[in-house]
Amino acid sequence: MASRARPLSVIHWTGAAMVALVVLCVLVPLGAVMARADWPPSLGPGDWAAIRFTLLQAALSALFSLALAIPVARALARRSFRGRGALVTLMGAPFLLPVIVAVLGLLAVFGRAGWLNDALAGVGLGRIDIYGLQGVVLAHVFLNLPLAVRLILQGWQANPAERMRLATALGFSAREMRRHFEGPLLRAVLPGAGLLIFLICTTSFAVALILGGGPRATTVELAIYQAFRFDFDLGRAALLGLIQVAICVTAGVLAFGAIRRQEVGAGLDRPALPWPGDRAWARLFDAAAIMAAALFLLLPMLAVALKGLPALPSLPPQVWAAALRSIFLALASTMLAVALALPIALLTARLARPGLVEMLAFLTIAVSPLVIGTGLFIVIRSIANPVALALPVTGLVNALVALPFILRALVPAAITAEATQGRLADALGMGGLARLRHAILPRLARPLGFGAGLAAAFSMGDLGVIALFSMPGQGTLPLEMYRLMGAYRTDDAQGAALLLMALTLGLFWLFDRGGRLDAATR
Amino acid sequence: MLQLDNLALTQDGFTLSLSAVVDRAARVAVLGPSGSGKSTLLSLIAGFLQPDLGRILWDGADITEAVVAARPMSILFQDGNLFPHLSVFDNVALGLRPDLRLSPDQRDRVAQSLNDVGLGEMGDRRPATLSGGQQARVGLARLLLRDRPLALLDEPFAALDPGLRAEMLALLKSLSERRGLTLIMACHDLRDAERLCDRLWLLADGKLVLDAPMAGLRDAPDPVLQPWL
Amino acid sequence: MKHTIMAAGLSVVAGAAFAQSPVLTVYTYDSFVSDWGPGPAIEAAFEAQCACDLQFVGAGDGAALLARLRLEGDATEADIVLGLDTNLTASARATGLFAAHGITPEGLTLPVAWDDAEFLPFDWGYFAFVHRTDLANVPTSFEALAASDISIVIQDPRSSTPGLGLLMWVQAAHGDNAAAIWEGLADNIVTVTPGWSEAYGLFLEGEADMVLSYTTSPAYHLIAEEDAGYTAAAFDEGHYMQIEVAGQLAGSDQPELAKAFLEFMLSPAFQEVIPMTNWMYPAALDPAALPDGFESLIAPAKALLVAQDEAPAIRDAALATWQAALAR
Repeated sequence: MASRARPLSVIHWTGAAMVALVVLCVLVPLGAVMARADWPPSLGPGDWAAIRFTLLQAALSALFSLALAIPVARALARRSFRGRGALVTLMGAPFLLPVIVAVLGLLAVFGRAGWLNDALAGVGLGRIDIYGLQGVVLAHVFLNLPLAVRLILQGWQANPAERMRLATALGFSAREMRRHFEGPLLRAVLPGAGLLIFLICTTSFAVALILGGGPRATTVELAIYQAFRFDFDLGRAALLGLIQVAICVTAGVLAFGAIRRQEVGAGLDRPALPWPGDRAWARLFDAAAIMAAALFLLLPMLAVALKGLPALPSLPPQVWAAALRSIFLALASTMLAVALALPIALLTARLARPGLVEMLAFLTIAVSPLVIGTGLFIVIRSIANPVALALPVTGLVNALVALPFILRALVPAAITAEATQGRLADALGMGGLARLRHAILPRLARPLGFGAGLAAAFSMGDLGVIALFSMPGQGTLPLEMYRLMGAYRTDDAQGAALLLMALTLGLFWLFDRGGRLDAATR
Repeated sequence: MLQLDNLALTQDGFTLSLSAVVDRAARVAVLGPSGSGKSTLLSLIAGFLQPDLGRILWDGADITEAVVAARPMSILFQDGNLFPHLSVFDNVALGLRPDLRLSPDQRDRVAQSLNDVGLGEMGDRRPATLSGGQQARVGLARLLLRDRPLALLDEPFAALDPGLRAEMLALLKSLSERRGLTLIMACHDLRDAERLCDRLWLLADGKLVLDAPMAGLRDAPDPVLQPWL
Repeated sequence: MKHTIMAAGLSVVAGAAFAQSPVLTVYTYDSFVSDWGPGPAIEAAFEAQCACDLQFVGAGDGAALLARLRLEGDATEADIVLGLDTNLTASARATGLFAAHGITPEGLTLPVAWDDAEFLPFDWGYFAFVHRTDLANVPTSFEALAASDISIVIQDPRSSTPGLGLLMWVQAAHGDNAAAIWEGLADNIVTVTPGWSEAYGLFLEGEADMVLSYTTSPAYHLIAEEDAGYTAAAFDEGHYMQIEVAGQLAGSDQPELAKAFLEFMLSPAFQEVIPMTNWMYPAALDPAALPDGFESLIAPAKALLVAQDEAPAIRDAALATWQAALAR
């Protein structure tokens, strides 16, 4: 193991402070809600069923997302073709869409009146029914498969070019590639990615409801909604929030315990070459995997685009104003998210148990946004007017929610950078800022671009917290879209959805340019 | 004997073009500044790249079209030679059988190879627990184990400190002399070249500007050699 | 309605507040304050009369509105809360935050009598299942619907106000038979969405034959889109009403202004904005003044409404029935 002779510098203590800040931002609002509650808090009868269903659909969603991502990522890692870069970026899009847009797009393809059913009916086959557990898992896979693919791809990219060449020179077959490259890579990437997807799915609300088909598909999030709105039982809401924390910690311990650290050498980036052990059937399989993934992910987005295109030119000016506001907010959130994530990632790279720290950051997505939002509302109210702080608070919450994703992208790279270039820097006697700038940060440029892209895109699509704090005339684009939907103006809403999708994708692509794998894989 | 016959490759605006011959058991140093084409040349010989023009011949047989694994050579890179999840023993054994299914005889050969580089006790260790010098030796052990007539070395010891590097070069020299290994090493330090090799190729802008024996090079230096002295 | 009191009162206020306009804070639901809702026009109209600054604060939907109010408690800055419906008024009253308005409303167009000391209605509507006009075998009652294979999309009562409305409707119309009705409906239900927008969107995309909405929904398509292809199904047992109300907070720092707003709320200046922005029936507007197209909407034979103080208990029971019937 690389020696820990070097003391932790300022940047690492900053990282520790950031982690503490993040944890506080989750626990303090939770505490604020608890403080307002009656004692003792208790769970209602339907709550346990909700917890069970939540865990079930989240686990299935994570499992399927990972299982399907593995062949797709492998295919993308070893094939190069024109448009590959664009495809990789585009495939990241579903993950970034506001849930309601993604769901409507999915329904346009897979719904009762969707393209698939029309096609099936056209050839005389029976119709499929998407509503139910299968629909929930399908939607979650749609939303999370791209993230899983990207994280695994990142793992492939972390292999030094020389080792691939070595494999070629040693005459590796496909089996040896799986054993010596893919196996270690997956052991390193899958637990963290799986945990992330699992936790996202536990707070799923709209997907579970719309596609779940009925009250059987009640999730913890809905139970929290009920507690707040229906019964105004703050104690129950806070208790459910605490249970979410417990789920996060438990799952985190399991997942991070399972990660085999991906130890890689310092590779110099060089162009790719033919894959060792490549065969004709492998080419076919890869082509099929890529096409299937592309169709699955792009068709619903195409549906959104087609529906929204006619309305785009005639969108009301408020929508454009909201779009601009969203962009500024997204940029601010991203800067904040990066400022939080970078020190934390650098800190984790130095620790013997990096998983623990990262898991704490995951709390921000494990706990209900409604609980956090309400708690923040309570806290802020006691010191200032919440409406005046709406945009900054939204920016902060967006940054917090994006944090786990950026970290998942950054931490493995930071660990690698620390172990490799870091060693080099130490040998050269580089210290502090110079070491950071020249040895570590360049290795982080790519995952940082990816992570920043995620944060920006998330912020664009956020609908949760802004609704609590919003002020008329200050809405973000998703909020305006929702308002259009609520005012019967579905055409305009679809136009706004297209605009949102385009802007989100654009922002993501902009940040990711540096991080996107270039056409030659390296 | 290795023959590079009017080899030419243009890539990203850079053109490599040369002809040369490497005798059996010769040890050639390819010297040149970064971007001069050293790695490209080695990649061509190894088969990672295909030339636009020309042929590569080994003992008279045309191997230009042969796949990497079928060529009579072994490679040692500067880094990335080892698989972190495998033990030192298994890393070396990959050189014999990628599927790591070794006969007892083959296992002995692996152990012998480790002994030859002075790592006989380290078979069970993981690469991450080894020092830079030890890791370089593991790569060397594998290279020797494969027992191919030609060895290509791409700045293999560049990351090591000078003392260690000198030690590795001396080791490599004695081992290759013992086995009659033909050796082509890319490097950027003339002194390293002198320690190991008996012939020098100087590359500049993709052209071979000097092809001379190492002996007596410093006595009457060619002008192109000036920057390296 | 009666402008005079308001005008007199406001001119005093206007005269007094020379340096800065007084601020009237109205909490309401989000779709009210959106640019396509009644908010902007009402704000302009009121500010023209009151020489004050009307500030809307949007807070989700009706139930979220009440939750926000309870969260803020006495320290709330709201002067008026606008947008609760009769399912929520009992809980709202129980907070003790509302003051008696002291206004006797005249000319209300509600199909039921209205007598409430704290709350005044500003618009109302009937819940109904909306469908395309070319739908065959449109059911005329819940039983007929349950027996048919028409697909419907509804909202979850725990997260949506219309969802709760449907619950109360079935309860009010069928009482003890509600469980059987819901079990019959279980195979008609395509899905249950978190809110009205998603359900309506799904319906428009063709995912279901009917959607739970309002009798006034077809008016939007007719008037704004010039599309006469939508209508609502009239049920024999009657339709449940949604009456939306506003109330003044006892702790308000602008009591006269608040009261003036409530009176303004019942005046044509406010009421005329409602039909084509909120797409509900205005509570105090002469029916003759409704926009063209509203007369084509179905008029239920019977208006169902659970008494405000009974609503919470019935609501909880109805929810349990609903969950049991559908959770199978």
